[in-house]
Amino acid sequence: MTKTSILHNEIQKETETSLLGFWIYMMTDCIVFATLFAVFIVLRNNTSGGKSGADLFSLPFVLTETIILLTSSFTSGLAMLAAQRSRLKDTLIWLLATGVLGAAFLSLELNEFSKFDHSGSSWRTSGFLSSYFTLVGTHGLHITIGLLWLLAIIGYLFKKGLNEVIVRRLTMFSIFWHFLDVVWIFIFTVVYLLGVN
Amino acid sequence: METSMYRSRAFKAYVFGFVSSLIFTLIAWGIVRKHEMSGHLVYSHFFIRISILVFALLQMIVQLVFFLHLGREKKPRWNVQALLATVGIILILILGSIWIMNNLNYSMMNMTPSQADRAF
Repeated sequence: MTKTSILHNEIQKETETSLLGFWIYMMTDCIVFATLFAVFIVLRNNTSGGKSGADLFSLPFVLTETIILLTSSFTSGLAMLAAQRSRLKDTLIWLLATGVLGAAFLSLELNEFSKFDHSGSSWRTSGFLSSYFTLVGTHGLHITIGLLWLLAIIGYLFKKGLNEVIVRRLTMFSIFWHFLDVVWIFIFTVVYLLGVN
Repeated sequence: METSMYRSRAFKAYVFGFVSSLIFTLIAWGIVRKHEMSGHLVYSHFFIRISILVFALLQMIVQLVFFLHLGREKKPRWNVQALLATVGIILILILGSIWIMNNLNYSMMNMTPSQADRAF
């Protein structure tokens, strides 16, 4: 075996270990979300005389949010595919698409939060709204962190191009982003679709 | 060896995952929307709960397989094992919470307001 192929093997091994570590972090994050879901399910009828989900949520609005986030999950996967094939231009295009869609999702979510808050339904109003803002807000916080991470990756790619280290980070980012979409499926279903009924 | 990314198998898997996720989302949303527009008359509450949860689970499985490539790595599959353990914890957490809190609500139902005040 030549020296470079030994080095290559080492890097590959390191990548596998890091990805497994990151996966296990994602699992613990899922437990955090599961706890918040349990709280929400328990408190969702405790509106304390305030507005309920049926009064607050708009189905077309939440469908728009969902499709935007789903599409961004798809484009982040394509960015990873392009990066693994060492195609810098395609990687950047798909990452930028992911960033724009993610930012659009976040601004819709924040818009919704401020609309609720201004109409007298803040997180202090009832148990239902406290748990709603905590659950959906925690998801939004993850999205925010993901967007900052994405910005750092795009900056790195512009400066230094593709290498094994950034492909590994990009793979982790893509796992993170896909998981946020999986969590959102359940927010969409449990909070919004069950909430309007 | 330059294979076109947009004709690769991996790309097709992503497209399939995306399209079927979109379809599952739209069906679940459509059921609830139709129910809402009709003044909550078309479907029973039970049917809606079960059907949209089933579509959510289907979509989760599709995304785990086609976006996160679950089960595609070499053995031992630590990813799958960690995921299964996590699913177990999540089920205990959520179903356990629902079970306990429903029992608690049931036990508190016959209290007078003053009794309830003292209980908290």
